[in-house]
Amino acid sequence: MGFFLETLFGGLMTGLLYALIGLGFVLIFKASGVFNFAQGAMVLVAALAMARFSGWAIELTGSLLFGNVIAFFMSVVFMIAVAIVIERFVLRHLVNQELTTLLMATLGITYVLDGLGQMVFGSSVYTIDVGMPKDPLFQFEGAFEGGVLLNPDDLIAAGVAATLVATLALLFQYTKVGRALRAVADDHQAAQSVGIPLGRIWVVVWAVAGIVALVAGIIWGSKLGVQFSLSTAALRALPVVILGGLTSVPGAIIGGLIIGVGEKLSEVYLGPFVGGGIEVWFAYVLALVFLLFRPEGLFGEKHIARV
Amino acid sequence: MFYRENGQFKTSYFEDQRIFKVRQDRVAILAIVAVAVLLVPMLASDYLLRAVLIPFLVLSLAAIGLNILVGYCGQISLGTGAFMAVGAYAAWNLGVRIPETPLLLQILVGGACATAIGVLFGIPSLRVRGLYLAVSTLAAQFFLDWAFLRIPALTNHSTSGSVSVGTLSFFGLPVETATQKYLFCLGFVVVFALIAKNLVRSGTGRQWMAVRDMDIAAGVIGIRLAYAKLTAFAVSSFIVGVAGALWGFIHLGAWEPLAFSLDRSFQLLFMIIIGGLGSIAGSFFGAAFIVLLPIVLTNVPEFFGLPLSVDTAAHLEHVVFGALIVIFLIAEPHGLARLWSIGREKLRLWPFPH
Repeated sequence: MGFFLETLFGGLMTGLLYALIGLGFVLIFKASGVFNFAQGAMVLVAALAMARFSGWAIELTGSLLFGNVIAFFMSVVFMIAVAIVIERFVLRHLVNQELTTLLMATLGITYVLDGLGQMVFGSSVYTIDVGMPKDPLFQFEGAFEGGVLLNPDDLIAAGVAATLVATLALLFQYTKVGRALRAVADDHQAAQSVGIPLGRIWVVVWAVAGIVALVAGIIWGSKLGVQFSLSTAALRALPVVILGGLTSVPGAIIGGLIIGVGEKLSEVYLGPFVGGGIEVWFAYVLALVFLLFRPEGLFGEKHIARV
Repeated sequence: MFYRENGQFKTSYFEDQRIFKVRQDRVAILAIVAVAVLLVPMLASDYLLRAVLIPFLVLSLAAIGLNILVGYCGQISLGTGAFMAVGAYAAWNLGVRIPETPLLLQILVGGACATAIGVLFGIPSLRVRGLYLAVSTLAAQFFLDWAFLRIPALTNHSTSGSVSVGTLSFFGLPVETATQKYLFCLGFVVVFALIAKNLVRSGTGRQWMAVRDMDIAAGVIGIRLAYAKLTAFAVSSFIVGVAGALWGFIHLGAWEPLAFSLDRSFQLLFMIIIGGLGSIAGSFFGAAFIVLLPIVLTNVPEFFGLPLSVDTAAHLEHVVFGALIVIFLIAEPHGLARLWSIGREKLRLWPFPH
């Protein structure tokens, strides 16, 4: 029982991290209809930027907290700059192109970001130390023998993720920019005709996705170190958005949790029978099965086909 | 002046039904094939054949297969690499388990197995579309990658799925030297390119295009969507599987599942987008572009005598590759094939203004 709960919690934590990356996908897809394959590369670049900036800032200021805060804001500015560059040089020229073309363009952006990020910031493995406690905690020791092993940094990460999602939800619901974003998501042309500046909205969305990528990058990076494999984490998060529906923020969260738990439980309880390593494809097959019953994902907008 | 079709009248059904209706096209195609068969083996060095021409031929074959699915039938697939792997491993298995099977049969059986798997993973296309489909074909990629790595029965219990082929022969003729391998691949590519070119203008091909342009409307006018989509998956996977078997047997000789990873799928998708969706010639252009680009990119800094570390060069290559793709998509979203058809229109008039 204790072991099952531990696996379950581990799955939920991984799921939240997937959800964070998935959130970036959903934000951009909702607002611009672009399926952003570069989200993984953005996570990598953001984490690299954070790692290097924090290295310099901590050395300069001598304080862990202060240095990290400065580095965080520098990284935010950096991601906004990336968003502006992408909008100015790529998206602006590809308005009204086909879905496949846009998808390929973001793949191109992936290559550029991967290469440029590692060229500018170096390609060795960095660590991000934001001072998260690492000692494992034992909980529920009274309930059953041995208790449940929990990592405090996982809990903090979960808290951060939840806060971020709540903030985004409020931003979408109650601010002027949020309303504009939802309008653009609903109908590009109608939004443009009532005077919403499409280009600026896209910059905002890509910047927000960049900041989400930064948060994801910091959490993943402080757990696993900042390295190239971060950008493949996005591929693991893809089934999450497919499962939840490409246009739904809550879908990304719930999809993330389902995939995270499913992955961990299947690896532990099913893996030994088929040779292990099934984490890689389990999420995809799970998403595929869901898709057969709900072709637009769990919470995606129903697609009405007309001639 | 040189490219005019004035005076070429079609006076029989045979002439009206030809694949290449313009005489200059026929001459050009024959000339290209003749150069490829006769001149290239005489002039090309071993390195050129092994490192450039054979990969180019095999990848253009795979690109033709993928183009049938994506460019003609409009079903995005990100699992091409896995279908190539199925072709390669199935052909290899047949060769290992029944050693007296001829090479041609091995490769075709590889294609047939890829067809079966391709149709299986094509079934979701009946329900889901667009990006959702792209991601469900990723399921094929990841699942098959894992299967060849972890299921020992599929790779005859070789460690981590790495296998190799022995000496090859084609009906008694050896396929050993670079020239022989090149000609062997060339034969496959010419035959399959002709078949594909013919297929896409047949009834089946026109059904695919109707489904691509609007599947609801296609269904309304009486096209069986399930049949059209699944045949596209079948034909595409067959060609891709044959290309996979060639890639393993002829180009690599010894391979592991990593040779057919997700990167391969992306690479093929780049090829058909840069070459031109829905164009057989475009598949060749795209393959040439993607095969040559890295070679050019590694040689340019050397040519200018720029001292670059291996690391930086690799990253720079990434950046330039990505940037070129984006620039290409912006400048010519319809690919090199469109440039070629524009050039052809110009040639018809040249050197006169009207």
